Amino acid sequence: MQDKSTYILYTIFTLGICLLGWSIDNSYYLQLLIFIGLNTLLALSLNMLMGYAGQISLGHAAFYGIGAYVTAVLTTTYQVPPLLALPAAVGAAMLIAWIVGMPTLRLSGYYLGMGTLGFGMIVHIVFREWSSVTGGASGFVGIPPLEIGSLSFTSDKAYFFLVWIVVLLVIIMCRRIIDSRVGRALRSIHDGEKAAAAVGVDTRTLKLQVFVLSAGIAALAGFLYAHLIYFISPGTFGFMASIRIVTMVVIGGMASVWGALFGASLLTLLPEWLHAFSEFEMVVYGLILMTVMIFMPRGLTRGLLDIYQRYRKHHDR
Amino acid sequence: MLRIRNLKCFYGRIMAVKGVSLSVNAGEIICLIGANGSGKTTLLSAACGLLASWTGEMEFEKKSLKGMEPPAVVRSGISLVPEGRMVFAPLSVLDNLKLGAYTMYKKKAVSAVEKDLESVMNLFPILGQRYRQPAGTLSGGEQQMLAIARALMARPRLLLLDEPSMGLAPLVAEKIMEAITVLRSRGLTIVLVEQNALAALEVADRGYVFETGSVVLQGAADELLADKDVKRAYLGKDYGDFYDA
Repeated sequence: MQDKSTYILYTIFTLGICLLGWSIDNSYYLQLLIFIGLNTLLALSLNMLMGYAGQISLGHAAFYGIGAYVTAVLTTTYQVPPLLALPAAVGAAMLIAWIVGMPTLRLSGYYLGMGTLGFGMIVHIVFREWSSVTGGASGFVGIPPLEIGSLSFTSDKAYFFLVWIVVLLVIIMCRRIIDSRVGRALRSIHDGEKAAAAVGVDTRTLKLQVFVLSAGIAALAGFLYAHLIYFISPGTFGFMASIRIVTMVVIGGMASVWGALFGASLLTLLPEWLHAFSEFEMVVYGLILMTVMIFMPRGLTRGLLDIYQRYRKHHDR
Repeated sequence: MLRIRNLKCFYGRIMAVKGVSLSVNAGEIICLIGANGSGKTTLLSAACGLLASWTGEMEFEKKSLKGMEPPAVVRSGISLVPEGRMVFAPLSVLDNLKLGAYTMYKKKAVSAVEKDLESVMNLFPILGQRYRQPAGTLSGGEQQMLAIARALMARPRLLLLDEPSMGLAPLVAEKIMEAITVLRSRGLTIVLVEQNALAALEVADRGYVFETGSVVLQGAADELLADKDVKRAYLGKDYGDFYDA
């Protein structure tokens, strides 16, 4: 469905980025928007796997971390220019996803969840314990800023534009995949793997491919994160981070590119808004997530669309 | 066209098909009848690669099906209409049909797919009317039509139909059977698995009667229709004789 409304949404999205980018000068807000962008990338990556193909991953932060650590080690320890570290970081995550995915993706449902959970934990422990390379529990310091040729992305504003252009490109890529023959096949796997196989979809290969793609996008987010903060530590890529990505996808709405954007925005902004509640912050946070799920079980995107349609119907009468 | 010799299928250690031999000639409608759990569905799953644990020989157009994965089987010209229809409920009717043509798209035969879409919508006009609707919102009979149409989109030469009349109103089931004879007249070879033995034998040329994993009877469809044991066991006829004796 590459129809008019898709292009309108792209245009609104692009205008929105430009408007926000030019009008906001406060570095706190810019940082917040950059984080929403990074989280959107993570949610998009998991959405391809979970929302469309129906394969759950509870260890997705591992790929985020691999992207960040590979570029950190290459650019800092080995002085490789970031532009070369990028394909290495994304490639490493994809390769690891391919190796891990081969046995793991034979599992499904809860068992696949457990399998990916285990993988995430192993990677987290490697980050923490392999101190000679990763800096261990105290983290990895002194990652250089992004410089591509004469362009340097040191200011928040430049980074804001960089991250959101990447988000836009990834959204376009995801939509193109979803609207293609392959996207249809992915959704068919979600609905019934056996029926998908019966029509000739090579389910095993396709699941592996989408897992690898998903890992690549997550690693891209990790790369951007490392060069934004200049410092990474294992805690960022632990179990809770994986759960947060899953939550963003579910809250935003499964199988929706824009749902990933909503989910990531809400989960990034919510903790900031809730500072006022001080020690009750997490309680309120949990309550809000529960409420969204109870009243919009198919996520924010679907839920808001439903409300809009009900409103329209009401007014047409 | 399809030759099966001494086929044994396993689910773990349980043998569900215990040495079945059968053959299907080009242009025939063959029906497999038998009670629940007699191994008919298992045989179809093995033939189209969904079940890999089998021994014996299966050949399609003189090529062995041993070790073939479902996509390869579909490409070689066999399509399955699975038991319980298994349409992709959240996807539109059109997307379901296009998924049926997955292997065709892979061959880049896009114009052929467009033609096939038109042809299956001629066969089942209701699909043309509802092509934007999610498949899950169709009635049972319409879903069955969609499942058959989806299988046809891969341009099979052999169509395996697993219980196409299950759970359908008699009139709708009749329509499906009519469609099956139309397909045969277009040159398609068909293997039909049915519980509704009467309906199946009426459209079929030959039949095999299954019982607990083995073929206990085979022959021309009209012979089977006349057979006393078949009548008693599957057609619910002659109970009078049974009780009078």
